[in-house]
Amino acid sequence: MKRKDLLDLQSLTAEEITYLLDTADSFREIVARPVKKVPTLRGKSVATLFFEPSTRTRTSFEAAAKIMSADTYSLAGTTSSAVKGESLKDTMLTLDAMGIDAFVIRHPLSGAAHLAAQHVPSKPVINAGDGTHEHPTQGLLDLLTIRQVKGRLEGLTVAIVGDILHSRVARSNIWGLHTMGARIRLIAPPTLLPADAEQLPVEVFTNLEVGLRGADVVNILRIQLERQDSAFFPSVREYARLFGVSKAKLSSAAPDVTVLHPGPMNRGVEIASALADDPEIAVITEQVTNGVAVRMAVLFWLMGATASAS
Amino acid sequence: MPSYLLKNGRVIDPANDRDGVADVLIGADGLIAEVGLNLAAGIDTEFIDCTGKVVCPGLIDMHVHLRVPGQEYKEDVASGTAAAANGGFTAISCQPNTSPPIDHASIVKDILTQAETASARVHVIGAVSKGLLNTELTEMAELQDAGIVGIGDDAYPVENSGFLRRAMEYCSMLNLPYMAHCEDKDLTGDGVMHEGYVSTVLGLKGIPRAAENVGTARNILLSMTTGCRLHILHVSTKESVEIIRHAKKFGAPITAETCPQYVALTDEACYDYNTNAKMSPPLRTKADQEAIIEGLQDGTLDAIATDHAPHAPHEKEQEFARAPFGMLGLETSLGLVITHLVKPGILTLSQMVEKMSVAPAKILGVSGGTLSVGSVADVTVFDPEAEWTVDVSAFQSKSRNSVLDGVTLTGRAVTTFVGGRQVLL
Repeated sequence: MKRKDLLDLQSLTAEEITYLLDTADSFREIVARPVKKVPTLRGKSVATLFFEPSTRTRTSFEAAAKIMSADTYSLAGTTSSAVKGESLKDTMLTLDAMGIDAFVIRHPLSGAAHLAAQHVPSKPVINAGDGTHEHPTQGLLDLLTIRQVKGRLEGLTVAIVGDILHSRVARSNIWGLHTMGARIRLIAPPTLLPADAEQLPVEVFTNLEVGLRGADVVNILRIQLERQDSAFFPSVREYARLFGVSKAKLSSAAPDVTVLHPGPMNRGVEIASALADDPEIAVITEQVTNGVAVRMAVLFWLMGATASAS
Repeated sequence: MPSYLLKNGRVIDPANDRDGVADVLIGADGLIAEVGLNLAAGIDTEFIDCTGKVVCPGLIDMHVHLRVPGQEYKEDVASGTAAAANGGFTAISCQPNTSPPIDHASIVKDILTQAETASARVHVIGAVSKGLLNTELTEMAELQDAGIVGIGDDAYPVENSGFLRRAMEYCSMLNLPYMAHCEDKDLTGDGVMHEGYVSTVLGLKGIPRAAENVGTARNILLSMTTGCRLHILHVSTKESVEIIRHAKKFGAPITAETCPQYVALTDEACYDYNTNAKMSPPLRTKADQEAIIEGLQDGTLDAIATDHAPHAPHEKEQEFARAPFGMLGLETSLGLVITHLVKPGILTLSQMVEKMSVAPAKILGVSGGTLSVGSVADVTVFDPEAEWTVDVSAFQSKSRNSVLDGVTLTGRAVTTFVGGRQVLL
């Protein structure tokens, strides 16, 4: 059960996912300590390469690495040599030669993490979101949060609502949830569904109320407001009317329905503000806390599984 | 130049309805001197034993990106024609999307001058518009005087239907075929691979079949409007095959080609973000493969070309969306066609020669495609049974961008003759 990289959830086994979630569960306690420091990765270095803006994912990875005593180096796409036209290959070869031990990469183009991993053949690469492909640690933290609230993943019905076409979060959720035995529904207008979506292990709905019927969990995706300029939907107003999730729209879902959102939210568009703030239903802040624990688990898995994590 | 006696090969010459063991005598004048049984060699004649081999009119690849002028780091006339010879081709036609494009007579003359000492004949396709910007027509008559054999827009399909109509009308006056890249770029958008399940899984933007189909249908309608001979490049979709089939029934003045990769590979080759599988049009699906096979069998698709598109390693070693479109084709085409079309019994060797030699010569209006006595001695000798493993590092091409590295194929060229001159491999 040893891998070099974490590039996607599609190729992970149920055993691997369970191991990561269990490990993250045990790390959550460390994140809650007043003194958040364990020596697990002391003397190791982690570089975060973000070729795309991000606040929470980057901070979350850096917090995870620092809690485990790793040294972190952060390179942003706009300040690195990438703006001088350096290829991803050369960036990786350079950082590899500097002795960096692991790489966390966020990139606007799908497959960039795969490409990066090929050029550092002996060091871990963690995909922190590549284009519209996958965002595996977000998928894992969503799974962890659902398991925490529901006590299980198997047999749950999880509806994913919104811009599936452009969503790496959706793809990671689909594969992770499918492997763990959940039933998945996609709810979106046809313009925001990827080609041949019905060939994925999902059920597809274009009607929100019907799609939410009996759902145990609803994962609401951020809608990028500028998509209305490319005819993906006519207006934010109409999108919110048809696909915006509110407490009223959730009436057909399971009585104990749980709502997730990967953030950042457009309140009043894809999610009603009152819903986002209802701690009985929404677990959005728990997702953020779990994000740090999951990323610690991933770093531990790929970098330090030989050391002790106490 | 010596004369050659190709002894005891299986001579496949569809133009003369010949398929059987015979000898072929190539005269010192560079022409076919005689084809028949038990021909005697003269004292100066070089004798080549072709037992177990096929001797056919030289293969012609109508669709090659020679990258000259301007991108000689990818390919040049010497390396491109050496790759052609290594693949069994005696002639190629080079597409005009060079840098600058082949939009001026001086560029045509320069390519043809370089080709005089090359390993295969080079026929030049001229650009439809200056700079391939599709706003002003090129001086097509002057290009024709300089030696072009067709007009085209490969990689830069004309979007404006009114402009294309005029271009085709003008081509028809010169009796030049219009070699069309059929694609509605608006439907393609930023797409980088076939739109379907695989693009969904990889999170890569898709190119729908409709992008090609809309282009195919419109261009055929314009050929019917103008009477211009239209040659449809690199057909990749099942619907395009059907559209072409129907249009031919209506008497549209059209011909069409597909490429071996659209028969041998699918979009699944793009898994793991393999940029060598990125091409335009994109690799499609099994259903498209089946329709293309039917189109080849019933004659809807007249020719097989390669769309040989060399790119340097540093260009392909990039994020999938950033890597350029295109794959090498010249050195694997014959092996792919024999492996995927002849061995399974889809095409006979004679039909293969028809699509890779006879039809291209006819469509382009160039020499070759026949072993008739007195015709130019462009001859390919290949071993239809030879098994070999593709090794891109051994390619004659300057580039290495093929997904076929390490794949075992059946069928390989032995030698070629261009105008009676043996091209040694």
